Amino acid sequence: MNDPTPVRTYLGVPLYRPRVAFFEFSSCEGCQLQILNNEATLLDFLSLVEVVNFREAMKERSDDYEIALVEGSITRGDETGRLKKIREKAKVLVALGSCACFGGVNQLKNRFGLDWVKKEVYGDSPIETEYVRPLEDIVKVDLKIFGCPVKKEEVENIIINIAIGKAIVHPKYPICTECKANENICLFDLGEPCLGPITRGGCNSWCPNSRFGCWGCRGPAEDTNIEQMKKIMKEHGFSEDTILDRLECFGGFSSYAQELRKK
Amino acid sequence: MIFRVFDKDELKKLFNVMVSANKVIGPVEIGRDRDNKPIYAFNEVKSFDSVRLDYTTTKLPAKRYFLPFKENLATFSLDADDWQKKVDYNIDRPFIFFGLHACDINALNKLDKVLLGSIYPMPYYAAKRENMFIIGLDCTPQPYCFCRSMGADTALHGFDMFITDVGDLYFVEILSDTAFNFLKNIKTAEPVEDDHIQYMKVVSEKNKKFTTHVDTTDLTKILDMEFQSDVWKQWGEQCLACGTCSKVCPTCYCYGVEETIDINLHGAKKTKFLYSCNLIDFAEVAGGHNFRPERHSRLKYRYYHKHRGFVEAYEESLCVGCGRCGEACLAGITVPEVIASVRGEAG
Repeated sequence: MNDPTPVRTYLGVPLYRPRVAFFEFSSCEGCQLQILNNEATLLDFLSLVEVVNFREAMKERSDDYEIALVEGSITRGDETGRLKKIREKAKVLVALGSCACFGGVNQLKNRFGLDWVKKEVYGDSPIETEYVRPLEDIVKVDLKIFGCPVKKEEVENIIINIAIGKAIVHPKYPICTECKANENICLFDLGEPCLGPITRGGCNSWCPNSRFGCWGCRGPAEDTNIEQMKKIMKEHGFSEDTILDRLECFGGFSSYAQELRKK
Repeated sequence: MIFRVFDKDELKKLFNVMVSANKVIGPVEIGRDRDNKPIYAFNEVKSFDSVRLDYTTTKLPAKRYFLPFKENLATFSLDADDWQKKVDYNIDRPFIFFGLHACDINALNKLDKVLLGSIYPMPYYAAKRENMFIIGLDCTPQPYCFCRSMGADTALHGFDMFITDVGDLYFVEILSDTAFNFLKNIKTAEPVEDDHIQYMKVVSEKNKKFTTHVDTTDLTKILDMEFQSDVWKQWGEQCLACGTCSKVCPTCYCYGVEETIDINLHGAKKTKFLYSCNLIDFAEVAGGHNFRPERHSRLKYRYYHKHRGFVEAYEESLCVGCGRCGEACLAGITVPEVIASVRGEAG
């Protein structure tokens, strides 16, 4: 790797400016858009990292990068090969967003037969498709950035920490912790289902802030009490399908959902 | 102690005097729940008509005005190789609390012991607490209220005036000269014997309305004896470890501190945020060891802090019996039931 001249200093100490590349697999590319969609701080962001590959933002392409931020899930054979090549080149591979971390909305198809899925989507002109897999099913993932989409403030904080060499720590607690601090009315009080009690925090209770119950896009918090969550949903009059719909939506709770479906 | 009575119409005048030059926080209705019951909160109020004097319990306590969920302890500006620190206690003028119930006043008194009375008072709290003006308001016990069991159903101090509805009049207890001077703005009268009788009648009727009780007899000892009890595990199985109980608790003050750097690298912040002993990493230390990795042990320690540790340190419980935690807990864990189960009295 070459050693780019540092453009920024922190308290007089020159900062290493890593070469960063963005890639996408099966996804809406909304997570990358989130990063671009932050005009106020975009230039500062770009001064901390040297972006060498970002299809959504620039024409230039380089295979000389240290950090690969990878969005999307793997759903075709050629994607597997491409991902492995990225892994070989990158020192650090980051799964960016729910698709990369858990399969995301794409993995909803996994509970149907592939023939049926192809027929439903492509009719008489089927194309190759496999069961959806998160990146870590294929390559080693060094860091996950959760969310559908990722929260730009969170991505920025991670980039700052990378630049100054500080540890990256995700919240281990569930969304409720942030939701209460934001003084929201509990959605269960309003008669709405919400996965806030079991979903990993860090989004600053983004959806509940708008009175929209959590769908679990960030996956489970640590020490998640799924059994109690099921009881609570039942007590509040929500069907098993309601909780299954939410648990299955982004793939973060897939093992719980599969178990629930077996019963 | 000075007492006064005044016509109910006068309260609005008193409010208007106060709101003309102060930031007034009062109970308001912020929505309706799925059963169409009002949801209350302490918000800044500009008009007397938005104050709900008949409020039951707010979902969140008033603590966000003196112990914000999140607040910057310091901000830093960074130059090339120098830096400057700025400390702001995050308060521009004192608040008037218009209508705190006795439980919430007692909560403040308890917080004072910890945050003002210790060797190292917390300046961020002290700055907000200083010159805070509190009007207490009597209340109607709700099914979840057990303040009487915790000795927090009446406030002996910690307010400037305390208003009790005695039918046609408001009966007011005055504890500060500020309150006395405020009351000069409205028409008040010395209470007569009939007013005293009426006041005592109201209090006695209120006391009959408590339906939830917690037996605190020998509780510190019983908690010690039942440290290994299986009931903790049962409650731990129910617990979501979401920290809601601490967030809605008027006396939970535990916090974490985080340092962040602005993306332009010219600024940094030290931020304090209220945490909860029920969250998984509360007792996780450097190196990664977690002293309380299990939900039941974390839940247990919350009870031990409230009902044992604090009692031994201050001869009173840290719980005021407002019942907010039990009401907010989606898993239905309530203090009266937990304590009863530890005492072997669970039904």
